[in-house]
Parts: sequence; structure tokens; C-alpha cells
Amino acid sequence: MPRFSAHVGRRIVIGIPMVWLVVLFLIPFIIVFKISFSEVRLAMPPFAPLFEFVGSKLVAVRLNFANYAFLFTDALYVSSYLYSLKVAAVSTVLCLLLGYPMAYAIARSSPTSRTVLLMLIVLPFWTSFLLRVYAWIGLLKNNGVINNVLMSVGLIHEPITMLQTDFSVYVGIVYSYLPFMILPLYSNLEKHDLTLIEAAADLGASPFTAFRRITLPQSLPGIIAGSLLVFIPAVGEYVIPSLLGRTDQLMIGRVLSDEFFANRDWPVASAVAVFMLGLLVVPIMLFQHFEKRTLEAGK
Amino acid sequence: MTTQPSGPTAQAPYLRIENVTKRFGDFVAVNDVSLDVRRGEIFCLLGGSGSGKTTLLRMLAGFETPTAGKIYIDGQDMCEIAPYDRPVNMMFQSYALFPHMTVEKNVAFGLEQEHLGRQEIQRRVGEILEIVKMTSFLARKPHQLSGGQRQRVALARALVKRPKLLLLDEPLAALDRKLREHTQFELINIQEQLGVTFVVVTHDQEEAMTLSSRMGVMNHGQIVQVGTPSDIYEFPATRFVADFIGSVNMFEGKLIEDEPDFVRIRSDDLGGVIYVSHGISSAPDATVWVAVRPEKITLSRQPPAPAGGTHQPEAAAGENTARGTVKEIAYMGDMSIYLVKVESGKTIRVTIPNVARHTEDRITWDETVHVSWHAESPVVLTR
Repeated sequence: MPRFSAHVGRRIVIGIPMVWLVVLFLIPFIIVFKISFSEVRLAMPPFAPLFEFVGSKLVAVRLNFANYAFLFTDALYVSSYLYSLKVAAVSTVLCLLLGYPMAYAIARSSPTSRTVLLMLIVLPFWTSFLLRVYAWIGLLKNNGVINNVLMSVGLIHEPITMLQTDFSVYVGIVYSYLPFMILPLYSNLEKHDLTLIEAAADLGASPFTAFRRITLPQSLPGIIAGSLLVFIPAVGEYVIPSLLGRTDQLMIGRVLSDEFFANRDWPVASAVAVFMLGLLVVPIMLFQHFEKRTLEAGK
Repeated sequence: MTTQPSGPTAQAPYLRIENVTKRFGDFVAVNDVSLDVRRGEIFCLLGGSGSGKTTLLRMLAGFETPTAGKIYIDGQDMCEIAPYDRPVNMMFQSYALFPHMTVEKNVAFGLEQEHLGRQEIQRRVGEILEIVKMTSFLARKPHQLSGGQRQRVALARALVKRPKLLLLDEPLAALDRKLREHTQFELINIQEQLGVTFVVVTHDQEEAMTLSSRMGVMNHGQIVQVGTPSDIYEFPATRFVADFIGSVNMFEGKLIEDEPDFVRIRSDDLGGVIYVSHGISSAPDATVWVAVRPEKITLSRQPPAPAGGTHQPEAAAGENTARGTVKEIAYMGDMSIYLVKVESGKTIRVTIPNVARHTEDRITWDETVHVSWHAESPVVLTR
């Protein structure tokens, strides 16, 4: 009897997130996936049905691959994809370079200051994300805070164009996503056994060598987790490039929303979304593979 | 303090600790410790938790800097030398093996820091793994090894650097009893084979006794006594040492007769007079403590006859003995422990080896017995 109830309990616990994922992720995805093979139509809904019925009998399945083919014929899509990947990759590297020393410092500080420092990392989330990105406009624009200060000090005479450049996109993404890099890195670094560093020093390793050969390899799971948490949402980022970014080079998130809402071409928009998901599944699978390996190694 | 009876005493100390003190804020972890360790010795620092033994070891490794005092290894002052430049290696209590490296990589790590050639590294790693009998586990990761195997890898990793001094922090604490005994002897073998000087920290007196050629007993940050294991067991310098090493019956008393070759002590603890056949240096009427080891006490049903010894004058009848009742018997296999409550109210611990397999006439619970000991057995302690 207790065995039975434990079994049921486990099913419920696992079942809730499963239901969540099926209802809010899998089913919508199947719908989008289905739409991506339809033809566009000026109707409600704005796409042709995939399956044609006469009465209750299925008479035809119309699979349309033209939407996917279209992604490669129009240079807009390819260049948006590549630009998105580049922005996401550079932002991830910048987050890592900034976040690792911060996470390391927090993990090595005293327990009391650790709580305060972690608080400070999370604190920006108390303000709306949108507001914080808007605030950067005020800082970066030609007659914004930064240019005004630099000019009044006399360092520059002409305002520097920072807004609507690659630079402002990187600033926005790195600023917004830095906590997602720091937190997993911190939780990894905080668990490190410091006697290993002493052992390395005892065996003749300088502090730098000890970091490179002991701390860094052991923090790899944290690096990967943090990088994915930054990279994946950054690829599809819509708000930051729209507010801060270039107008001559779109990111794929913007293309996606334009196709859906401005163009009302749902099938092409769906194809864009499915293709983007395909691109992102690769790093996620690599991550899972690595997670499994470290779990096995950590037993 | 006792001196080592054998060995080259003229040899200069290999490790010299001079008036070393370590404070953490207000807390004095190590208090003015001076100690010499000779080349090729296994020296054990024995003490309870908080006695300062681990702090002393960490200062030798360079992880802590002394607040005052000096440490010399082979004549070289260690104060300004970082841990990674010291000719010293340590085997950590947790072993501290690098979890992401194989056994081979773990052992090679220290040699790679010396920038040796790959073949040289491979050769020396092979050699040392041969010695600790771990050659067939070369490619394993630490989590794939048993506790005993990890201990061997940790030992190999520390020894492969050919340190002048090997520090071992509770080397056997993580092993089960059977494996400990085996490993103890193996450690001694390896030490003799390589001739490296060992400094071992332990809280386990049995471990210290079997491993060490000499040992130092630590208490409250100070070294209370230094000597060979048998020196320390048979001639403890203080009550703390007598009590800490092995078990002991302690009788408080007053010196009533103080001659160069014998003393008499009246002890209310025993309810009688204790006659000791060697002189001590103490003021008359001073309070002293007489320590008698449980295995040096005999039990008998009849009052013992005054023991025939070589000393004159001899213990008078009724000295070094007391009557009591057996309250508890613990059968340990090789011996039995008797707890005898004597008429003064004190409980005396007596161990009797179980020589015969089965004795009909064994002393049993609630019997009235006489405890007694030889006039040479007690140690008189003044502090």
C-alpha cells in the first residue's frame, strides 16, 4: 500500500510539469509546425488547411515546402539568422568574461557578504525589463547622459553615435542577461572543494595554474549552463534589438514578429520559427549530453 | 623529556621548529612549540581535536604562516617560501584527489609543474604506482576507486615529487579497521623503502603508536611530551599524557616518605599506601598522582603476599593493594576488562589476558577480590 501511494505521488509530481510542457509547449509547437507547411491565404485563419476532408473522409494532404525554400531564396532571412547567431555568440562570450570573475568573487566571499552580493545581482529584476532597456536609450542617445558628460568634461566635442549600433545591442543584451550567466556559475563555483586548490599548490602549481587546471575544468558545467541561458534567448531576442538596435540589419526575432503581425504571412513566419528552433536544439542537445556525462562522473 | 636511546643522535635535525606560535584573532592555536625531527623518521603528532596539531602541519606545508617563530627544513628557512615552492608534500585527510583527472593524471600533476619531460614523468609515475600497487588502475577516475585505493593514489601523488618531508593528515582515518591495520604496515614499508621523512598528524593513539618512530603529544597548542611510543606509554610526563595514551588508573595522594630509591604515598583514592620502588623529585607533603596501567594490575581472591622484588627495603604487607568487588566484566576476546570497586569507593580498571581458552575457576561478578601491583609498575606524576 505505501509502495502504491509513493508511486502515485511520484507520478503526480512528474505529471504536473509534463502537463504544463505538453499544453503550453508541445501542442502550440505542433500547431506552428503544421502551419509552416500550409499555404498563405487571405482568410480567417490566414492559411490553407493541411488536411482536406469531404464529409468525414480525408481526401488530400497538402504539404507545402515552399515556405522553407523561401527562407533560403530571400537574403533577408539568411542574413538575419547569421546576424542573430553572431550577436548571441558575442554577447555570450562578453557575459562569460564579465560574469565569471563576478561569480568567482561572490563564491569566495564571506557567507554574509555573499547574500548581499547575490541580492544585488537579482535586484534589477524588480524593475520591468522593458523599462530598464528604455533607460539605456536615455543613456546612449546622442544627447543622452553619457555623451553629455563626456562633452562637458571636454573629452569629446562631437557626440558619439552609440544608439542603433551593434554596440548598443551588445550593451543591452549583456546588461540584461548577465545574471543568467552569473547565477549558474556561482552555484557551481560555490560547491568547489578548496582543499583541491591547496593540493594543487602543494604539488607545485602556481595560483594561476591551479585555476587553469583545477577550477576552470570543474566549472565547465556552470560555464555551459550559463552560456546556454544567455545564448538561446539572445538568438531570438526581440525587444532589445528593436529598441536599441540597428535599423538596417534585423535580428531573427524581429523578422519573425514582422512576418506574423505586419505581413500576416503565418506559414512563412512559422517556418522561420521552426527553423530557428532547429538551430537552437543543437546546443541544447550538446548541453544535455554534457550534463549526463558530468552526472555520471559525479557519482 | 626522554632521549632516543638508539640511532644517530649526533645528526642535525632535518626539520626544526623553533618557538612557533600561531594566533587566529584571540585564539592561540599553536603556543610556542619547538620540535626537532630527524631525517628518515616517522614522527607522529598526536592530540585531540583543537590541540593545534593540524595547524602546525599546515604551517609546515605553508598554508598558514606562523605568527611568531621559525621553521627550518634541511637548514633552509621556510618563512618566505610559498606552498608551491616548498620541498614538502602533503597527503590530505580527504585525499583531495582531482575528480576530473585519471589516477595517472593525478599522480603526474606534481611532476608536470616541475616541467619534466614526458618520458621522465611517465617513468616516475609508473615507478611510484608500482610501489603503491596501483598500476592496473592507471586510467580510472577517483570516483571509480575504493577508499583504500584512493588513499594509495593520494600517497603516490605526494611521494612522486620526492619531497624532503611528507606530511600526512590523519592518513588512515577514512579506512575501515581491517584495512587500517594492513595499511599501517604498508606505510612503514614504503617509508623505509624511500627513506622520506614523514610527519603524521593523528588523533588516534593506536595509529600513532604503531606508525611512529617518535611521537609528540599535543594539548592546548603545546607539545606536552616527545618520545618513542614506549617511552610515552611507560613513562608519561604528565597526567594528561598518561590519561590520553591508553587507559590508566590514577590515584591522588600525599608524599609521606621520600627516599632516593623509593617513595611512599598515602592515597585516599586507594584507601592505603602506595610504595614505589624508584625515587622522584618533588617536595615532601606535595600532592602527587600515581598512575598504574590496567594490564599491570593483578586480581586475586587471597590477599597478596608482600611481593618479592630486588629492591630493599621492600613494600610492606598491605601496601600497593586494596580489596574490592567485581562490578563489571567486559570480554574482549584476547583479554577481559574487569572493573573493581574498592572499599574507598574508586573503581579500578584491570585487564587480564585470556591465556586459557576455558577456565572453570574464573573470577566473576560480585566476587570479593584483591587488586595489587608490583612496586616497579606505577608512575608518579607531579603535574
